[in-house]
Amino acid sequence: MVHFTAEEKAAVVSLWAKVNVELVGGEVLGRLLVVYPWTQRFFDNFGNLSSESAIMGNPKVKAHGKKVLTSFGNAVKHMDDLKDTFAELSELHCDKMHVDPENFKLLGNMILIVLATHFSKEFTPQVQAAWQKLTTAVANALAHRYH
Amino acid sequence: MMVNMSLATCLGNSSRALKVSDFPPAMVLSHRLLVVYPWTQRFFDNFGNLSSTSAIMGNPKVKAHGKKVLTSFGDAIKNMDNLKGAFAKLSELHCDKLHVDPENFRLLGNVLVIILASHFGKEFTPDMQAMWQKLVAGVATALAHKYH
Repeated sequence: MVHFTAEEKAAVVSLWAKVNVELVGGEVLGRLLVVYPWTQRFFDNFGNLSSESAIMGNPKVKAHGKKVLTSFGNAVKHMDDLKDTFAELSELHCDKMHVDPENFKLLGNMILIVLATHFSKEFTPQVQAAWQKLTTAVANALAHRYH
Repeated sequence: MMVNMSLATCLGNSSRALKVSDFPPAMVLSHRLLVVYPWTQRFFDNFGNLSSTSAIMGNPKVKAHGKKVLTSFGDAIKNMDNLKGAFAKLSELHCDKLHVDPENFRLLGNVLVIILASHFGKEFTPDMQAMWQKLVAGVATALAHKYH
């Protein structure tokens, strides 16, 4: 189990309180599809993903990004119990969606980058470290039920 | 790595905007790496006090080394069609003398992208991010190329 110090939890929670989940979620997923184009294979039915502007403006991308980041909000509330919190989602991503768990790390990187663009100076090394730890732990939790 | 002109131009522009050799990001690169991935401190035993975040952030050897590393990235931008050639000597150095696990080159690349993101904010568009990630991945591969 990953152990988060009180300072790490505080850093995560205080930044999360300022996050516009709808806006940031859409941007996170959009950037994943732009920067790592092979991830588009998981979103065949999302319509036009043919360019950066198409992707970033795509309503299905925005909606799904919001869904994914809302789920991340769950991680923030259950930092001491990530494996159980994400058990069902892990099974879903393995058995139904057939997603290579490496992609969870890529999405985690996108979250950090979008937070950095939004929060700038506030995204200090310590805040980055706490968030890095969280995204890595969520990626591991999502991979945990894979077989 | 074959890269087209517009990528090279865009990267050149953004690195000039950064004023690569002087700008604070040059100095924070090493700081962030050592804070966010603390095991990387093992490569900097002779850097003195790395015992806390504030010690790391104020350490002059860390700043100087960050500047050196970022200047080397500047060289990457000038040699984007021949990264393996450009980094051959550094690759041998990191393998034979410094004994650095090449995974760390990817971590450093991640930190650089995050610093750019936090500095440029909205200007660090998805397309610009994609270009920089491609470059840092290319540099990490080039630095690992002479490992044996």
